[in-house]
Amino acid sequence: MTTIIDPKKDSKVPEGPLAEKWTNYKGNQKLVNPANKRRLDIIVVGTGLAGGAAAASLGEMGFNVMNFCIQDSPRRAHSIAAQGGINAAKNYQNDGDSVYRLFYDTIKGGDYRARESNVHRLAEVANNIIDQCVAQGVPFAREYGGLLDNRSFGGAQVSRTFYAKGQTGQQLLLGAYSSLSRQVEKGSVKLYTRYEMVDLVIIDGRARGILARNLVTGKIERFAAHAVVIATGGYGNAFFLSTNAMACNGSAAMQAYKKGAYFGNPCFAQIHPTSIPVHGEFQSKLTLMSESLRNDGRIWVPKKKEDAEAIRAGKLKPTQIKEEDRDYYLERRYPAFGNLVPRDVASRAAKERCDAGFGVNSTGLAVYLDFSSAIQRLGIDAVRARYGNLFQMYEKIVDDNPYETPMMIFPAIHYTMGGLWVDYELMTSIPGCFCIGEANFSDHGANRLGASALMQGLADGYFILPYTIQNYLADQISVPRFSTDLPEFEQTEIELDKKIAKLMNIKGKRSVDSLHKELGHIMWEYVGMARTKESLEKAIEELKKIKKEFWSNVRIPGEANSLNIELEKALRVADFIDVGMLMALDGLNRNESCGGHFREEYQTPDGETLRRDDEYSYVACWKYMGEEQEPELIKEPLDYEFVVRQQRNYKS
Amino acid sequence: MDKTINITLKVWRQRGPKERGAFESYKLDGISTDSSFLEMLDILNEKLINEGKEPVVFDHDCREGICGMCSLYVNGHPHGPDDSITTCQLHMRRFKDGETITVEPWRSAGFPVIRDLMVDRTAFDKIIQAGGYTSINVGGAQDANAILIPKEAADEAMDSASCIGCGACVAACKNGSAMLFVSAKVSQLALLPQGRAEAARRAKAMTARMDELGFGNCTNTGACEAECPKNVSISNIARLNREFLKAKFRD
Repeated sequence: MTTIIDPKKDSKVPEGPLAEKWTNYKGNQKLVNPANKRRLDIIVVGTGLAGGAAAASLGEMGFNVMNFCIQDSPRRAHSIAAQGGINAAKNYQNDGDSVYRLFYDTIKGGDYRARESNVHRLAEVANNIIDQCVAQGVPFAREYGGLLDNRSFGGAQVSRTFYAKGQTGQQLLLGAYSSLSRQVEKGSVKLYTRYEMVDLVIIDGRARGILARNLVTGKIERFAAHAVVIATGGYGNAFFLSTNAMACNGSAAMQAYKKGAYFGNPCFAQIHPTSIPVHGEFQSKLTLMSESLRNDGRIWVPKKKEDAEAIRAGKLKPTQIKEEDRDYYLERRYPAFGNLVPRDVASRAAKERCDAGFGVNSTGLAVYLDFSSAIQRLGIDAVRARYGNLFQMYEKIVDDNPYETPMMIFPAIHYTMGGLWVDYELMTSIPGCFCIGEANFSDHGANRLGASALMQGLADGYFILPYTIQNYLADQISVPRFSTDLPEFEQTEIELDKKIAKLMNIKGKRSVDSLHKELGHIMWEYVGMARTKESLEKAIEELKKIKKEFWSNVRIPGEANSLNIELEKALRVADFIDVGMLMALDGLNRNESCGGHFREEYQTPDGETLRRDDEYSYVACWKYMGEEQEPELIKEPLDYEFVVRQQRNYKS
Repeated sequence: MDKTINITLKVWRQRGPKERGAFESYKLDGISTDSSFLEMLDILNEKLINEGKEPVVFDHDCREGICGMCSLYVNGHPHGPDDSITTCQLHMRRFKDGETITVEPWRSAGFPVIRDLMVDRTAFDKIIQAGGYTSINVGGAQDANAILIPKEAADEAMDSASCIGCGACVAACKNGSAMLFVSAKVSQLALLPQGRAEAARRAKAMTARMDELGFGNCTNTGACEAECPKNVSISNIARLNREFLKAKFRD
């Protein structure tokens, strides 16, 4: 018998009409009074949009916050790299936008695999985010009249995306960082930079602290608190090559998972259609070209196979291909949304063309993103004003001028919709352990729309968690501060020391990176853009092999109790192998295609995703059962009370 | 096929903040000119690990020029010889076959070395903590379109706000001054109505914190602007001076 999570009881979805649930919740939740807030400690792990905003907000409210990040400063979190923008339903453009429409687009974009109540709440608070960020001094783009400007993003027919050049994530993160810095100065938040969470400490079934490794000294340190918030982002680096930063990892989530937190929908990973293509074995990461480029750029490949072959051989240039010999395949297949279809759709369409032999670049694994018609229409200066920094970035990497020759792009792993399962209050299945931002599974279903990651991170951090966590903490006000000398801390540290000693003592022949790259190949090949039962079974087999190879042949130079970059990476890669296994298992279980999860066996005659709502309309939650055992599948049914589910249609 | 080059690296190795450091030379053959500078260092580290040696420690993260983590002094320039980029965006096509490339950490009293090429830049966080914000709490903001901000002001604020806090300006300055960094934040907020309310207090507090932390004075050499990977303009320093003087006169 599969265990079922009851949406009302276990997920704590409030009663009432969709649009009133959040208001009702706030009206009835328990609060903590100011004097008690000072006596409650909260650990926030991560300083990105979600973690940084949460730490700042909780500090403002008067809680005692400890905030951790692995970089040298909170400002480096990878939210900083988001380029395009942030969505909100302000309807400043008078194009018919509304909270409901933003909710609906997000639910539909996620291929109906998200919780309605969470997504509606997200759409409701989105407008507050824009207000908050403007008040912080975030320099959003403006029109000549002084009002805020908007642009369009994939999966929507309105212009609701606010942006700050091609550096929106940077500006929003710096806004959160400035609020955080203000709290640090006030003393309500204590910062721990160059610290990495290495385990979660559970006392009497509740999350009561963490162990963190001081990355400079290599020492393990103990921190106790009344609640722990995990805001450590996604696990896309399981693929080695991704658009994530080098240090992005899924380890904090895996530590919570192994302590009992359910892992929700691990197979839902987003492949972004417009990344700079892979160019060599030595490559360490993929660089994204913002989705905003699809506002003006047109995607195409040659219509004739011989042209594509000539281009690959270097005998023909894209500018020599005549207009009528170009296949603008997104415009052809999806007339209503054209180049602005959602990311999963655009990625698969690119793969389809490349698989059919029309790909460009010497590898045949690239398509063109062409600005020539935009330059003709708007002039080169207008295009430079909109995308100048992105064009410069492209030129520095590829050594090619995108004003003259079309960009080459290809899909890349970008974001993970899956993550720790959380209830409506953003609490995991471990009481007192919360999870926000990309690290949780909640709002994007099987595919995230562009400009919605920033929205969710900040919504969770500024406007949702600071409320919902109080409903938990209200019962904790009489619980005194914990000592880190408690046996639970002692025991967790002993286990961790054993694990680290084991890793250090392998003294094998292979570097962490070489094993990580091999893992990445397995993931991309068998758990990538198109999956089958066979490929996923093959992945599980290969992952077992690489796990064995890792734990018997990795080589980590240096000592554990000192700065050791190889040990840091090894601890993360050990978890990436486990998360990879979860992704494969989950993908194998989900016998349908939805959003970013494409099982070749389940597609419509035109190659679109074929959902099976009768059987798979649920959140697949995986419960850890021990190292040697398969995790248990627990289901949270997704009953759509308010939206009628349809086959996603971006054609008409 | 890719073009490849052979290079010699002279890399600064230093065990800890208090220990003596020295250059060590490494030869690398067959480096693809399409690889980035940091990917070349990955190759070096892979080689060192395979030889049983400890890898070169350097800061890096996003590898797309925005996080501000990478911080290498390459051939005498912060972020290397190319213009308007961070070290992670520097590519090996900028170097010649047979070239010797010198790699050092940021060198400045404000940024002590942690190990090898990794330095401690917490001083920058402390400067922001002194006043690099508007003092508003979540929940109190008015509608975002309630304040009209001329496009020119918003654009100029954006240019100042594009600072990534990498510290190249300090590393480039013979005085080890942090004026470009401080002035970029002061300017961004001084240019916007939201930031005006605290402009005077901010300019004084951030400048005082900068001085406390041991950064040098500005003598207008312009080295910071020339080396800034984000082209943050030295005119921000003029604006900081103006804001600072205005604030002082009012005292």
